[in-house]
Amino acid sequence: MIAGHSRVRALVALVLAACLAAPAGAAPGAVILSTTTSMQDSGLLDVLVPMFERATGHTVKTIAVGTGQALALAARGEADVTLAHAPDVERRYVAEGKLLNRRLVMYNDFVVVGPEADPAKLRGEPSAVAALRRIAAARARFVSRGDKSGTHLLEQKLWRLARVLPAGPWYIESGQGMGATLALADDRRAYTLADRATYLAFGRRVALKVLVEGDRPLLNVYSVLEVDRANGSRVNAAGGRAFADFLLAPETQAVIRGFGVERFGRPLFVPIAGRPDADFE
Amino acid sequence: MDLLLGGVRQAVALLLAGDGETWAILWLSLVVSGSATLISLAIGIPTGTALALVRFPGRGLVVSAVNAGMGLPPVVVGLLVTLVLWRGGPLGGLELLYTPAAIILAQVVIAAPIVAGMTLAAVQQIPREFRLQLLALGASRVQMVWVVLREARLPMLAAVMAGFGGVISEIGASLMVGGNIKSQTRTLTTAMVLETGKGNFDVAIALSILLLVLVFLVNWALTGIQQRGTGP
Repeated sequence: MIAGHSRVRALVALVLAACLAAPAGAAPGAVILSTTTSMQDSGLLDVLVPMFERATGHTVKTIAVGTGQALALAARGEADVTLAHAPDVERRYVAEGKLLNRRLVMYNDFVVVGPEADPAKLRGEPSAVAALRRIAAARARFVSRGDKSGTHLLEQKLWRLARVLPAGPWYIESGQGMGATLALADDRRAYTLADRATYLAFGRRVALKVLVEGDRPLLNVYSVLEVDRANGSRVNAAGGRAFADFLLAPETQAVIRGFGVERFGRPLFVPIAGRPDADFE
Repeated sequence: MDLLLGGVRQAVALLLAGDGETWAILWLSLVVSGSATLISLAIGIPTGTALALVRFPGRGLVVSAVNAGMGLPPVVVGLLVTLVLWRGGPLGGLELLYTPAAIILAQVVIAAPIVAGMTLAAVQQIPREFRLQLLALGASRVQMVWVVLREARLPMLAAVMAGFGGVISEIGASLMVGGNIKSQTRTLTTAMVLETGKGNFDVAIALSILLLVLVFLVNWALTGIQQRGTGP
């Protein structure tokens, strides 16, 4: 009875204290950054966002979703700035006037990974497109993200270039993030397309091997795009612009260049601020 | 198997090291789901009691709606609350999306029907004759309701546990309306999904253990209240 009472009091006190300590709502004028799950999973934003917040006093809300959704959110004015990696879709939004001032920030690269046994004989194949064609010809299992993410959009582009319509029991759609997709591919002894950062992070957990790398289409180029005020009256255009400028500043680019060395023994990203789009076509 | 064991070992180490971020996530989860449960009680208990005691046309429909609401999929709630709170949505001007308040709101929508439905059932299982007797003995209506609620407190505390258990463990709504923002809206469940996606299974396992311990402690406290004075 007594014990019950003290427990009640302890619980009530805890909840009350919790309510008082609860953080207030967002500061007005917070910058909403929409970006991709693979960007968030790389951990780079955990370094860059606090730097930006310290330097400018802005608060950043990072919303990590698939690239398709990240761009759509920004185009609807539900975000103030977006960091994406789907150049074709980005250019379309810019052409439609929904997103502004697309600037290249950095790239990392994609790799085609697969089982040690390599049933489609990809080892030594330099071209990603040719590699996918071989997978289809061998009807070897391939796991697709199937989620309209930047990785998925690139994969679809490669299939188009290979003139293959991927379908059939060998083509598996995971509908999940890169990590879960790698785990699925490992489990099914299947091939998949992965960004190198996530692959390295999973390196110890999966037996998949890098089979194709370094091909031009496999470069994963990240761009920052700003949101037009016309997309919504509540868009924080100044905050979005400040974040975009911050990503391209020399000091930030230097931090990007060094990121990942500590954990993986090699940088994960190559900064490319100021480089023209044509260099990465 | 060694991944699981290694994960548990690393989990314990992480907790003992008192990692600040982990504790902040734990605290936020408790605050958000605790507040949501309290608000759900404030809404659900009166609603459930009224539905149990008052007869009105269309009551059957309302009761069915409440009972169906007990099974609301969190991801549906998440989507609806997101659309409402979007800058372009009806409540966009409040700038609530991607804040802890938005998660509380979504969790209230999830938990309130659970509390209301279980309160309804709890109050209804008190025999009607008991209520009539109370009134016959000269109790006012307010006194009658109070005594009935006291009698129904065992199943009603189960309602509290079910409500809290439902919201502390849900992921769909928290992820959509909160955005899983580091040190702002990252809760135990959204952090778990993130860490699993990154391949940090040890951290994910540590967070799972924390969640289980938290749920156990809260239910232990509530059970203390529930079982008070109900010795064999």
